[in-house]
Order: sequence, then structure tokens, then C-alpha cells
Amino acid sequence: MLGYYLDLALRSLKRNKALTALMVLAIALGIGASMTTLTVLHVLSGDPLPGKSGKLFYPQLDPQDMDGYKPQGEPPAQVGWIDGMALLHAKRARYQALMTGGAVPIQPAQSAIEPFFENARYTSADFFAMFDVPFLYGHGWNAADDEAGARVAVLTRELNDKLFGGKDSTGQTLRMDDVAFRIVGVLDSWRPTPHFYDLMTGSYSADEGVFVPLTTATDLKFAHNGSTDCWGKGFSDNMKTATCTWLQFWVQLDTPAEAAAYREYLLNYSREQQALGRFQRPPNVRLRDVMGWLDYNKVVPSDVRLQVWLAFGFLLVCLVNTVGLMLAKFLRRAAELGVRRALGASRRSLFAQLLVEAGAVGLVGGTGGLLLALAGLWLVRRQPSDYAALAHLDLPMLLATFAFAVVATLLAGLLPAWRACLIPPALQLKSN
Amino acid sequence: MKLHPILAALRKHKAGTVLIALQIALTLAIVCNAVFIIGQRIERVNRPTGLDESNLFLISQQWVGAPSADTPDGVEKLDAMQREDLAALRQLPDVVSVAPINSIPLLNSSWTGSVSLKPGAQLGGKGNTRTAYYFTDEQALSTLGLRLVAGRAFTAGDVQHQGFRDQRERPIAIITRQLADKLFPQGSAVGKVMYTDGSSAPTTVVGVVERLQIPASGSWGNEFVWNSTLIPTRLDANFARYAVRTKPGRLDAAMRAVAPVLYKVNPLRVLDDDSVKPFDEIRAKAYRADRGMAVLMGVVCLILLCVTAAGIVGLTSFWVGQRHRQIGVRRALGARKADILHYFQIENLLIAGAGVVIGVLLAVGLNLWLMTHYEMSRIPLPYVLTGVLAMLAMGQAAVFVPARRASNVPPVEATRAA
Repeated sequence: MLGYYLDLALRSLKRNKALTALMVLAIALGIGASMTTLTVLHVLSGDPLPGKSGKLFYPQLDPQDMDGYKPQGEPPAQVGWIDGMALLHAKRARYQALMTGGAVPIQPAQSAIEPFFENARYTSADFFAMFDVPFLYGHGWNAADDEAGARVAVLTRELNDKLFGGKDSTGQTLRMDDVAFRIVGVLDSWRPTPHFYDLMTGSYSADEGVFVPLTTATDLKFAHNGSTDCWGKGFSDNMKTATCTWLQFWVQLDTPAEAAAYREYLLNYSREQQALGRFQRPPNVRLRDVMGWLDYNKVVPSDVRLQVWLAFGFLLVCLVNTVGLMLAKFLRRAAELGVRRALGASRRSLFAQLLVEAGAVGLVGGTGGLLLALAGLWLVRRQPSDYAALAHLDLPMLLATFAFAVVATLLAGLLPAWRACLIPPALQLKSN
Repeated sequence: MKLHPILAALRKHKAGTVLIALQIALTLAIVCNAVFIIGQRIERVNRPTGLDESNLFLISQQWVGAPSADTPDGVEKLDAMQREDLAALRQLPDVVSVAPINSIPLLNSSWTGSVSLKPGAQLGGKGNTRTAYYFTDEQALSTLGLRLVAGRAFTAGDVQHQGFRDQRERPIAIITRQLADKLFPQGSAVGKVMYTDGSSAPTTVVGVVERLQIPASGSWGNEFVWNSTLIPTRLDANFARYAVRTKPGRLDAAMRAVAPVLYKVNPLRVLDDDSVKPFDEIRAKAYRADRGMAVLMGVVCLILLCVTAAGIVGLTSFWVGQRHRQIGVRRALGARKADILHYFQIENLLIAGAGVVIGVLLAVGLNLWLMTHYEMSRIPLPYVLTGVLAMLAMGQAAVFVPARRASNVPPVEATRAA
């Protein structure tokens, strides 16, 4: 039966090519625009570490003085050196890492390459284990290196390719800001999207090329990138004592019980610091997981959301348009439908036949929409925005495109098909 | 022509009529708001910074192994390095003037603070106005091309220097007219005293410039976008920025000359591809997202109008085909071609009219919704009215071809069986 309906649908669609083309084009444009913007949104709001992100938490404390205090306010987005180090050394979580972003001048040994700036991450040792960072050569450093402020560095694959032609560079020396570092590891390709662990240096910007221990970078006064929020006496030449927050602290907590215990620990720590007089505000802590942290920071640019709404509005107009055209098309065939009814076809089978026709339009429109979405994403990738390179259609989105197109067109076909089925067969036969 | 027969006929095509009206309404709502967004973006992108933007470029560079800016000794050494660079750049044949500066409009790297008329005012408290600082020297006005409207420019004797992180008194400043009007609504600001960043040391305003945008181009800076303050101080750190004005037409030559001359002064520094940038590149980068959004919105609006027009053509063509015989009868009874043409035109006007009435409501509703979720202001009436006229005109244009086909139906059609 389906084959017969399909045959009928194709005949009917061929009969009025302009109208068919218009319907297909409208569906294709609407679906193409929606899928392009949806894919961008999907990529931007994706989970940076699938499977792991639910176990990673971002503790926040409120160490500020009473100036501008509001009850129920949000604690600062980062931690300072004293609290960061205290939480790090407490080792209350499975893994914990204290970090910040920066930029270092790299002086390659080869004279062929001019010195250049590279974005860097200054972090404690657990970073690599906690975020499941893959290594191509070597390994990260350990807590003893952190304590000693060891001059060790880990490169990304890209930087290793640039400096050492992709060869195993572990054990070699890298000069940064006139200081020699020993390379202990090279990462394999790794780019979590969004750049969740430090949103201060751009949510989707290209990641850092080199990692060094936080203690080493702070001792050497390497330039720090990102946000520094100070209160009270504020800025000072020594970031270790300044009343500023400028570090990100992440912990891995494997079970909800561990997370609850950690939150309790943060509260106790705050109370203790308040008793000591370091904290003046009442304890105010947060413990968000990765997705919660991304939501809270609204990392997806509002323009991208606006574009999705725009595209859906566009699709809605295209669908209304298709409903109108399909109505015209189905009603024009009243005579033919009347004959089928008179020959014994039930309303239900007529309805099915018309919906198959609508579905065929949807399928062709979906294919067109897919091509348009691919073209649209190609255009997005050519834009100079931070996230441009990420805009690719994955398999679920590809399948969703087709499903979306067919369902949308079937919905659009419901009203016209229903109207066409209501035509009394006798009247049509008589008037002919 | 009487409307009654048209309305009677429309009642027979309820579904089609409602669909066209709905489509017009939705299109109007979306296009009005999209064009409004485009207008806002274009306005943002085109606002002048107050600089003379041609023949201007910016150098951002960092020294390698530089002395620390946290010791007085280091600060002096860094300042000497900076002065050497400035002297070398000012010697270049294509260069008119050079000013050290911590940032430049649209660079999105800001040093913001607050100014107040009272000493020791709380940061962010009442009676404070936010501002962005430009730390520079006596060549700032000529280099940036700022227009002084009152008072005087900085002189070489005014210029101090300080470590990047040091706090230092700021005896004098030049402010923008916008900031001056806010702080001193009555009379001239020149010679008056203000206090920066909650300090208790006074800062005397020595000059007022016409206009100078803050470095932040994002919307977070919107409320103080013209409130800039120029401080005659060289900041000393392991990095430095220099704004350079070149002779007319010599921008490229001057930019090419920068790297060799700076490396000659001191080879221990990093100057990469991003270090020397003409101002128009900085402007393009700051506004690229706005530009992209405006283009995208424009394209979507255009396609939307085409789709709606095509829908009207399609459905009207269907109606014309359906009413072939009736049109023939009317023609046979004496209706002229023009009458038939007008019939379809008025019919479309009625449907489109109903559509735009709903559309205006939808457009305002959509605008209100966008205002609560995104940074949008209330849509001005002219936008909506223009949209209404555009939709009506588009309806008439779309209906013309099928209507003319209808008017060409010969009267003999009446005698043929349907």
C-alpha cells in the first residue's frame, strides 16, 4: 500500500512542478537555517568531558570583607592564593587542582623561529589526572615538583609540532622568559569545548600551548591572564598575600555523598576562617559541577541563542507557507480524491495517501535542508569567531535533521489532508 | 467596488485566508524585530571613537627577561627601556608622533575605575561615575587625533611614570566632554578638582576633549562608553603599548619599519604577527560579531519576504484557477479587466491588512519578550510602520501576476463547463 501511495504522491508532485519546488524549497530553507543554528548551539552548549563532567566540581568561597555585602549574594568566581593553597593541601577530594591562565614568551632554541607568545596554564599536578588529559609522550609532574617549584613543563601536541617537528621532546630544554624548563610530557590532541576550567580567558578560545606548575610560575612572576578581583587593600606586588581572587580551583568527587561531605568541609573551612578573623562574611559556599558552572556563567553567547530563535521563527513561517500551498494542492485534486472515495477508498486511506505525499515533500525538503545546513556551517566556520572551527554536523544532528523535516512537514500536512478528506465524493463526481 | 462580495468569497476559503494572514503576521513580527536589531548593530558599529582613525596603528610588545616592575629600581630600568623605544620610533621618517598608552578604544583591554567629586568615596558607591583610564604622555592628543575643546593638552613636564601595579597620586587629568558634563553640569570643568578611585588626593582637570571612547566595545561598557580619563603617566611593566600616527599614506611603510628598529634598540623582546596592528583592524575585530549578526539577520529577512511572497503567489494562483468560471461569468456580465484585477488586489489588501494588524501585535509582543531575555530596547514606532507598509506593498506586488492572469480570463469561459 505504501508503495502505491508513494507512486501516487510522486505523480501528483510531478504534475505541478512549480508548487512542489516551492514547498520543497520552503522546507529546505527553514530546516537548513534551523539546523545550522541548532548545531552551533549544540556544539557550544555541549558537555566538555562526557562521562566525567558530573564528578568534577568547582568550589567557591566568600573571603571578601563587609564592604558592599549583600545577604544571599554570589561568592567570587575564583579563589585567592591562601584559600586555594589551603584547599589544595587539605586533599579532601580524590583529585584537586589549583590553576590560572597566563602567557609566556617562548624562546625557541632554533634560530629559525622568532620568539613568540604562547598561552600557558599554571596549574598544580592533579590537572592531568583529574581531567583525563591524554599524553603522547612522557607524563605530567607530581606534587613534589609543585612543592619544589620545579622548572618543568608539559607541551601540547601543536606546540611540540611547532618547536620539535612532532618528535618526542621529553627531557629537552625549553626557554621561557629567559628561564630554562625541562619538558616532561607532551599531550595528545585535547581540546575540551567549552574551555570549562577557565572561562575567564575566553569560553571557546584556542587553548594554552604549555603547562607549568603554578608555584613555579608564581615564583617567577610569569604574566597572569584572566580576571583578578580585589577588595580591601587589594592589588599588591605579591599575589600570594594580595586580597584578590585570581585562581580557579577544581576537585573530583566521585559520589554524591563525597560531594555533600565536601560542601560541609567548605562550610567548616569558612567558619574556621571567620573565627580566625580572615573571613568577615558569613559562610557562603557553592559547589557546582561542570554543567552547572557553565550554565551559571551563561557561556553560550546570547547572539547564538537569538539566532536559534530567529531560525525557528523562520521555519515557522516556512511551515505555514507549506500548509497553505499543500492546502491549495490537495483541494485542487478534489475530483481525483472524489473518484477514489467513490471507488471505495476510506477516508482513513485517503488521509494516509495525502500524508505520504506530505512526507515525501518533507524527505526531499530535509535533504535540501541538510545540504543548506552543511553550506551554512561552512559559512559559520569561515567566520572569525572563537567557536567557528567547532561548527560541524555530527551524526545525531544529521539524523535529527531528517526526522525534524519529515515530522514538521507531516504536521504541516495534517490540516490540508483532513480538509481534503472531508470533501463529499458525490458532489465532486456530479460537478464533473 | 463593494467589499461585500469579496468578504463572502473569502468566507468560502477560510483556511487559505487565515494561513496567508498568519504568514504575513509572523513575517511582519520577525522582520520588524530583525531589522530593529540590524539597525541597533549598525548604529553601534558606526559610532565614532573620537580618534582620527586613519594613519594610526598600535604596537603591543613584551620584553623578555625584563627587570621586575615591583622594585623601584626595576621600574626605573623599565622606564628607561620604554623611553628608548619611544625615542627610536619618533625618529622614524614616516612617523608623525608616538604616545605610550595602556590601551586604545575598541581594543577590549581596559583599566576602569571611578571618579567622584568627593575625596575617599567608596568605589562603586553613590555620586561616583565609572570611567576608563588611558595612561599616556604629552603626545597623546596629537597621536590619537583627539579634539581639545577646553583647557590645555599635557606638556612634557606633566608626565610621570610608575610601576604597573603601583598606586600613585594623579595631580592632573584630561577628561572627555561627556564625563565633564556629568561631573560638572554647571560651567567649565577646566581647573576643577575630582577624586579618582576613592582616593583622597585631588586630581585637577586641565583639559576637556570632544570625544574619546573607552576600550571596551562590549555591551557591559555601554553605560560609560564616552567617560574616558587621560592621565599623563607612563606605566612601566614588562610589556608596553605604543600608539603611532604616521604621515598620510605612509601607514604600511611605517608599520614595516617598526620591528627592525625596535629589535635594534633591544633584541630581547617578543614582537609577533599580532604586535603591530593598524587601527582599522582593531575596529574590524571589535565589531565582527555585530557585523556578522547584522548580515545574517538581513539575509534571513530577505529570504523570509521571498518565501511569504511566493506563498501569496501560490495560493492566489490556486484561487484564480479555482474561480476561472466565475471570473468568466463576471466578465460576460460586463466587468472590465480592471475590475477583476482590482478584485484580487483588494482581496489581498484585506487579507494583508488583517495580517499586519495581528503582525503589529506579534511584533510588539516579540519585542517585549526579547527585552526580557536579551539586551534590547523598545522597538520605535517608525520601524513597525515601515514594516507594515513594506508588508502591504509586498502583498500587492506578489498578487499582481496572478491577478493579471485572472483579468485575462476571457468572458467566453462562462459558457464552458467547469
